[in-house]
Amino acid sequence: MRRELKILIHNGKQYIPDLKNVSLRPPFRGLPEISTAKVDEKALVAICPLGAISAGPISLDLGKCAFCGECAFAFPEKIKFTTNYKISSNKRAHLIIKEGATSTNLMDGSAIPKVVKKTFSKSLKLRQVSAGGDNSCEIELGAASNANFDMGRFGIEFTASPRHADGIVITGPITKNSANALQIAYNAIPDPKIVVLCGVDAISGGIFDNSNAIERNILNTLKVDLYIPGNPPHPLTFINALLDYTR
Amino acid sequence: MMLRLKNNQSVDLDKLEILAYDAFSSLAIALLTEEANHCAAYFAYKHELGLQFIMAIADDTHHDLIILSHLLKKEDNKTLESLTQSIFALHIFERELHENFGIEFKNHPWQKPVRFPQNGANPNLQINDYPFYTIKSKELHEVGVGPIHAGIIEPGHFRFICNGEKVLHLEIQLGYQHRGVEQLFLDKKQNLQRHLLAENIAGDTVIGHSNVFVKLIESLSDKEFSEQLQIERSLALELERIAIHTGDISALCTDAAYLLGASVFGTLRTLIINFMQFWCGNRFGKSLVRMGGTHFPFTEALKQELRTVLQAFETQFEEMVCLAYRLPSIQNRFDFSGILTKRQAQLLGMVGISARVCDLPRDIRVSHPDFAYQKFTYQTLSLEKGDVFARFLLKKRDIRNSIAWIKTVLDNFEFSETNCEKPNYNLALKPNSFAISLTEAWRGEICHCALTDKAGALKHYKITDPSMHNWKALELSMRSMEISDFPINNKSYNLSYCGHDL
Repeated sequence: MRRELKILIHNGKQYIPDLKNVSLRPPFRGLPEISTAKVDEKALVAICPLGAISAGPISLDLGKCAFCGECAFAFPEKIKFTTNYKISSNKRAHLIIKEGATSTNLMDGSAIPKVVKKTFSKSLKLRQVSAGGDNSCEIELGAASNANFDMGRFGIEFTASPRHADGIVITGPITKNSANALQIAYNAIPDPKIVVLCGVDAISGGIFDNSNAIERNILNTLKVDLYIPGNPPHPLTFINALLDYTR
Repeated sequence: MMLRLKNNQSVDLDKLEILAYDAFSSLAIALLTEEANHCAAYFAYKHELGLQFIMAIADDTHHDLIILSHLLKKEDNKTLESLTQSIFALHIFERELHENFGIEFKNHPWQKPVRFPQNGANPNLQINDYPFYTIKSKELHEVGVGPIHAGIIEPGHFRFICNGEKVLHLEIQLGYQHRGVEQLFLDKKQNLQRHLLAENIAGDTVIGHSNVFVKLIESLSDKEFSEQLQIERSLALELERIAIHTGDISALCTDAAYLLGASVFGTLRTLIINFMQFWCGNRFGKSLVRMGGTHFPFTEALKQELRTVLQAFETQFEEMVCLAYRLPSIQNRFDFSGILTKRQAQLLGMVGISARVCDLPRDIRVSHPDFAYQKFTYQTLSLEKGDVFARFLLKKRDIRNSIAWIKTVLDNFEFSETNCEKPNYNLALKPNSFAISLTEAWRGEICHCALTDKAGALKHYKITDPSMHNWKALELSMRSMEISDFPINNKSYNLSYCGHDL
């Protein structure tokens, strides 16, 4: 027993007390800022491997961004990734960061249905489904429940059975081979339920968009409640997205 | 003469002698019967005249990669005699060739689908049509698990045939994660896009797959890159190994209901992956490895920070290990569970840490080292018992070994910020060439092969993840075990679904 206690003391306080105000340090790449500086727009658009940047005026779609930082290396005067990790939104359009934008709040509070706050603010059980996810999103979602991030303190947990879940967290670009299983899991979750797309692959297909092995039709048939960008999203991004959306 | 290459070497395609299938078979069988050799890759691509097959055999004694090839002409009958009868390890490669190109391998024990690919030979094949092995008996029952599992993991289906609690047979069906990665390597023309693909092959082996990919492209571009760059990449590779093994140890503690270990090892993993974030902005090392150079040079400040992180890690790790590895409840749970013999491992052609616990010392860092491991040699470790406890134990020893290697590098290599090149995504590739690259990632050897056409564009890209060699081992490990021991066995191997399904 003494040895166990010693280990616990040496391990120290591991949990992050305030998950909403952690300061990450560069080179962590969070919410980008796009200045109004004049640059070669064509070259800037061409540099993005995922076509996340559009011209006239320049904008960056976080739903397509893999946060590789290549644009910021080439055009540091134009694009700068801040360490702000709160980059999720309930509106797909809000993920498109425009030139000169100063707002750091991407969530549209007025569009959150009342039933969400009423039902899920004290307890939220989620079923995670990986549909072609590369296992980095999955590991980060696991980390959200570990001793450091301890998402369980807010009553948010992952559950084994979709029947016990209040929502589904989808990772991966949704492969043809897993689309059916995903549909079954979604159907098995009782109403009201929320749908969360986690990671660039889930939101837009990422680098796998245009692959013949991908089948994203299911997303046309269900209402997505929350988009969480990242490759993979940091656990802080994930937890804050759920907190901002449900309470 | 057989074509012998070194790791990360490329060669003119015309130097690749095309053998008749009979000569190819007897040569392959003769080579693969030797213990020090194993098949690293066996694949085919569409040639003007038909299908060209290429097999890469890793010869650990001479530190060579032997490349053999044969050609199946368009007009030829698509039937070949199966080599699996003699070399069992080829079973998965022949299954893959059967699935992709419709080749009939005569006398193959079971040509079952591997991953239900989008461009397979039989477009009507659906993932629900997998022909599971069954036994008709009133005493036996089947247990199906997945594709979606209880935890936060990737999809795959496990079918057990049980007699009461005892597992007689386990069959694993994969393919749910198939994203068409190999095809995308050809479809995506920018090298930066291919970098993203390599990073996303398996998100737990970002550095492993990225390292193989850049070395392959760099070898095809025939340029020399700085020593520091190569050392930095291997540093990242060892950090990835430490992080994932620590996470695995934590997860094994969870499965044995030892919560103190689960929690402490879990937080120790955080130390390492947070260091990766300090280094390159991503906890998994995405965007760290780039061809021709790096955006994130390993600075003096990072070196000091890494020393501090490793110091903190080691102290707590050793203290926790002392307790966890001696707990009777852990030992009782892991000992003698899921034993795999050396003979079995050899027949399966296993690689990496799962082979090393069965006294099969396969380690690319030692047998086919690249520059970093030639300059700073690595002593590989193996164990004999081949059970869950051995896998649990070797992860611990691998971590210690990796830390020791990193410290040697930090003590003996001068990192300088000034001589760092920026990435170069416009490397011109040699035309009409074949290149092969292997790296020992935390799971085992990753092999990437590439072929270029006359204009120097990629015409074929082949990835072999260690999981491809090793999934069968999990099936065999479970024979005669209790079904409740499946989670600890599965976790002790921790094989990749997306790396296999591609």
